[in-house]
Amino acid sequence: MIMHAVNQSLQPILDRPRRATFSWSRRSIARWALLAVTVCTGCQGPQSALSPAGEGAEQIAALFWAMAIGAGMIWLVVIGLAAYALRIVPQPHDKRSSRRWVIGGGVIVPTLLLSILLMFGLAILPALVRPAPEGSLHVEVVGVRWWWRFIYPSPDGGSFELANEVRLPVGEPVQFDLRSADVIHGFWIPSLGGKVDMIPGRQTRLTLWPTAVGTYRGVCAEYCGASHAKMAFDVVVMPREEFDAWLRQQAQDAIDPSEPDARRGSEVFLKSGCGGCHAVRGTAADGSIGPDLTHFGSRHSLAAGSLENSPDNLRRWITEPQSIKPMAVMPGYHTLSDADLASLIAYLQGLE
Amino acid sequence: MDATPPNAVPNAKESDESLLAIFVSPAVWAAHFMACYITAAVWCEKFSGDSLSLAPVRVAFGVYTLLAVALIGVNGWFGYRRIRRTPGDHAYGADRAEDRHRFLGYVTTLLAGLSLVATLFVAAVALFVETCH
Repeated sequence: MIMHAVNQSLQPILDRPRRATFSWSRRSIARWALLAVTVCTGCQGPQSALSPAGEGAEQIAALFWAMAIGAGMIWLVVIGLAAYALRIVPQPHDKRSSRRWVIGGGVIVPTLLLSILLMFGLAILPALVRPAPEGSLHVEVVGVRWWWRFIYPSPDGGSFELANEVRLPVGEPVQFDLRSADVIHGFWIPSLGGKVDMIPGRQTRLTLWPTAVGTYRGVCAEYCGASHAKMAFDVVVMPREEFDAWLRQQAQDAIDPSEPDARRGSEVFLKSGCGGCHAVRGTAADGSIGPDLTHFGSRHSLAAGSLENSPDNLRRWITEPQSIKPMAVMPGYHTLSDADLASLIAYLQGLE
Repeated sequence: MDATPPNAVPNAKESDESLLAIFVSPAVWAAHFMACYITAAVWCEKFSGDSLSLAPVRVAFGVYTLLAVALIGVNGWFGYRRIRRTPGDHAYGADRAEDRHRFLGYVTTLLAGLSLVATLFVAAVALFVETCH
């Protein structure tokens, strides 16, 4: 009974005239073109190793394309041979020539290709791991679950701390000295170069050489816990003069708020205990557990690249950080009144 | 009927066969890899000084590689002799003493080839990397 019902329902499909062969209709060409465009656009963007904006990334992208093209050619040859043996000449083949194909295609050619790829990869390795030349900019980076502490040299010879956003001068090498405060993290700016792990108890190093002005995205590339995917940072590559001006500005203490609302926000900030974890240079807030907020308002994003830096997102972050970044150390301040919250947001957004 | 097959190896006693020959080449590759790794790690951590030069390690890599290639070559040659000295065609799938003999020769030779390539790949690092960085 059931089989009969199935046959009945399948009959219209079975009765359809079958296409003898696959034909390239306009619609199918359009579909494939759409797929190709979609795939290709995935190669662009601020976080793509295939859209290089640094010397290291250019070499890595070249290695990728060499390997991808090589793998594609091998695939074509193997599939071509399979088609030849199965469809074009399906009869038994001469034993001697078959053996030649097995030894040549299965042993000699793969060994040669792997040797070439290995030499290609090894040849670019020394340049990728070399330290930056003497006198280059050094930025100290500490990976903390789940944000980034950046320590820059200040123009007066000391150093100062920033968080979750790094800015670099274009066309110059910069060395990142990498450490971890807790577990293994991975420092990676795909558009600028390779990745290096940050290992507790050790200092590792990465030299990058940005070649194009722009805004990119860095990520943690080593699984480090619940909010690993929310541990990102913005990277702004800028001309040297702009970078110098930015560095001078960031090295300064926070400017006291002039607006009454923001001034009230600074009191809320201290009264609510925010200064126990966060520092705002030039004020009584000198905590070091969480990110430095001295120039928070000038950053592109908040919560380590999780959200765009806007008043609405900041309100969400302050009141319910766990919903944005699971297991984050920051407690939710949902007990703050609307007026206090509005003042606090005005104060933080004004810290430029 | 237990007559000797026409293409049997006259002097091949099955009790003399050993599987050890198969493992020699991969074991040499593993030992070469370990020696290179440990030498580079200890040198860079303890002795490289401020220059971080890898020159002595590269020389050590060369010596290890020559030794390893010689051992793998000898082992591979023994395996190849097992194939060549066995008369008849190159079958090795039947349940006969000479097939098993030839099979062991094949495996030894092929593993020697694989180990040789793997050993040279490890040594290739010394051609390109000049410092402990």
